[in-house]
Amino acid sequence: MELSLSPQQREFAEQVREFVGARLPRDIADKVRRDQHLDREDHMRWQRILGEQGWHAFTWPEQHGGPGWSIVQRYLFEVICAEMNCPIIQPFGPRMAGPVIYTFGTDQQKQRFLPGIRDSTVWWCQGYSEPQAGSDLASLATWAEDKGDHYLVSGQKIWTSYAHYADWMFCLVRTSKTERPQTGISFLLIDMRSPGVEVQPILMLEGTHSFNTVFLENVKVPKENLIGEQDNGWTYAKFLLEHERVDNAAIGVTKAAMRRLKEIAASEHGDDGGTLMEDPLFHRKLVEVESQLQSLEVTALRILSQVAAGEAPGPAASLLKIRGTEIAQRISELASQAVGYFALPYQPDYLHDAGSETPVGPDHAATAANNYLWRRCMSIYGGSNEIQRGIIAKRMLEM
Amino acid sequence: MDLSFSEEQNMLQESVSRLVRDHYSFQRRQQRLEDGEDLWLRFAELGWLAVPFGEDQGGIGGGAVDVGIVMEGIGRALAVEPYLPHMLASQLLARLAPEPLRDRYLSPALSGDCRLALAFIEAGGRYCPWFCATAASESSDGYQINGAKDLVPGGQSADAYLVIARSHGDTRDRQGLSLFLVEREHPGLQVRRLRTNDAAGAVQLTFENLQLDAGARLGDADQVWPELEHTLDLGAVYQAWEAVGAMAALSEVTLDYLKTRKQFGRPLGANQALQHRMVDLFIAVEEARSSALCAALAMDTDDADERRRNVSLSKIAVDRCARLVGQEAVQLHGAMGVTDELSVGHYFKRLTAIIASFGDSEWHARRIHRLDTASLSSSSQPARSQSWN
Repeated sequence: MELSLSPQQREFAEQVREFVGARLPRDIADKVRRDQHLDREDHMRWQRILGEQGWHAFTWPEQHGGPGWSIVQRYLFEVICAEMNCPIIQPFGPRMAGPVIYTFGTDQQKQRFLPGIRDSTVWWCQGYSEPQAGSDLASLATWAEDKGDHYLVSGQKIWTSYAHYADWMFCLVRTSKTERPQTGISFLLIDMRSPGVEVQPILMLEGTHSFNTVFLENVKVPKENLIGEQDNGWTYAKFLLEHERVDNAAIGVTKAAMRRLKEIAASEHGDDGGTLMEDPLFHRKLVEVESQLQSLEVTALRILSQVAAGEAPGPAASLLKIRGTEIAQRISELASQAVGYFALPYQPDYLHDAGSETPVGPDHAATAANNYLWRRCMSIYGGSNEIQRGIIAKRMLEM
Repeated sequence: MDLSFSEEQNMLQESVSRLVRDHYSFQRRQQRLEDGEDLWLRFAELGWLAVPFGEDQGGIGGGAVDVGIVMEGIGRALAVEPYLPHMLASQLLARLAPEPLRDRYLSPALSGDCRLALAFIEAGGRYCPWFCATAASESSDGYQINGAKDLVPGGQSADAYLVIARSHGDTRDRQGLSLFLVEREHPGLQVRRLRTNDAAGAVQLTFENLQLDAGARLGDADQVWPELEHTLDLGAVYQAWEAVGAMAALSEVTLDYLKTRKQFGRPLGANQALQHRMVDLFIAVEEARSSALCAALAMDTDDADERRRNVSLSKIAVDRCARLVGQEAVQLHGAMGVTDELSVGHYFKRLTAIIASFGDSEWHARRIHRLDTASLSSSSQPARSQSWN
């Protein structure tokens, strides 16, 4: 039992560092380092570079064109990428649509959709939540009428991340009305350019646009875009949600945020002169969250080693989601507190492009406060933390 | 990177679980306390006293994780045997004692025939680990000891004490500390038995012109602080594993209570408000387990600052979890939780003692503060994760 790396793992880590160091565009790394907002092109540029190397779909097995990395290798890759200021790989294609397609899809679907995900030429979005089906996802009502060789889909999806960037959407729809809401749901792939698809932005409290409402009105979806069996979509959706929760722990990104918080504390002035890092009251809070991050990282590694041994993450993934998001939120809160009064200005141009505006106060202040506001969504998305507590109570503690 | 137990560790864990299951029900524990009996010789037979020692010393060559496995069982059982104090003292003995002293005490320590305890706590120093007013003045044929060690955990049944005394400097100097072995019956030593809230027990030692010959000193004169610091870190790690065992057991009895106790015609656990609190308790146990593991693995590193940081982060995390689990378990048991009858109160008292031992969270936070501010003046911190270099 040990935390240190084997020579092979060390060599792998070096290889990743070397590649990222050589290929990550400087302007993108700078934006990530400053916590600025990235646009579609920033993400796609980096993801295509990864795609050329065969690393965009880094969790995939070799048989589907992935690198076939072990759990430890994947973990190292994520942590090193975050440490070196790579953008987060958008999960909708490689972590969500991809695994569902190669696990439950037909050969024809695999040939058609997997290459675009591997190479990052196609942007996917997730059509899950609806106005009346948020935490209670199974009560979704978007209806897909069976028309022989195609479905006619009508309804409304909401909180669809980056639908305004997306080429395709994987979507849960109702194909029959049954007593148990979980049955009668199907998993469809919908071309976002189809007639009848309309995307409307939802502006968030911190001023960003990443979420959308997607209106579907008599959208024609060929039957060949149905994944697996009709009415069996809930099984595939659940498969995907469990994976999402493990991802939502985002250890690499949170470790990078912790490091960033310490850099801010070391450069900010305290109230009594000296640096904020030297202020024992602020430092005490910083250490508290660092101690929780230490637990979280080892907990994630323990769960990953179970997954490596062939066990499904199961409800343990809920634990990671709860604590991962709580800790990330706390770090962002402290970073915002660190900048004092300069948490007040809203400087949207700077949030997108450092060259456009000289921020008032220290450079890191403009993004620190915005980031704190943005991160409140973490304990709500992916199944709110209350839903996750319910899952643990029911499935692990059998209450 | 591998976080699974080895075959030997699985076997050790199995042997620990078996003893806890077969011999350590809460009722038998209470009876044992009343009768003043313990299972020390059984611990010795099972090889637990020999876990962290090299094979050349008659040990089985284990590390902090292996001792941790035993400690987890001890936490689960609320065991009264002073395993932790004995292990800290005997590991110091193995590392520092001159040969004649080691020959005389080490193998009896491993076989269960000689119990040891470490005397390092004095009133007036709070958690400052180098605070020491007990004086060791050099005399013609050795040392003369005067002063007191006000609390020696697990010292009631010890046959000998390893005593930190000041051979040089002021009470708050890190330098000038020396370590001595003093037998219980040594003239000039007064042993006062103390009860503790958690039933673990302790003693107060008073030294009055106690004469020792030079051969009773372990390690270099005046220079024992780094060894003591390492030992206290080890204590915090062992104790973290004990806390995990106690928290896991406490979480289980609480869950069981929520499922069986009925009010308003349904189990308490049918209420979502209580379910979510129970989940937080469950999560805290898992987090503490991870922190304890991380700290045990950090004891292997040669980088003292990395060890300090990880052990201190772990102590802070485990304290937070122990406080949450202890207090919530009592609350969720309602009035039964504050009685002497159930195990709940006894686990709570042990966890409370653990929180107060080997430095509180604030002491550890200050240690990290020193590390973080020391690195401010040197060049910028390396970006890489510490554990991976």
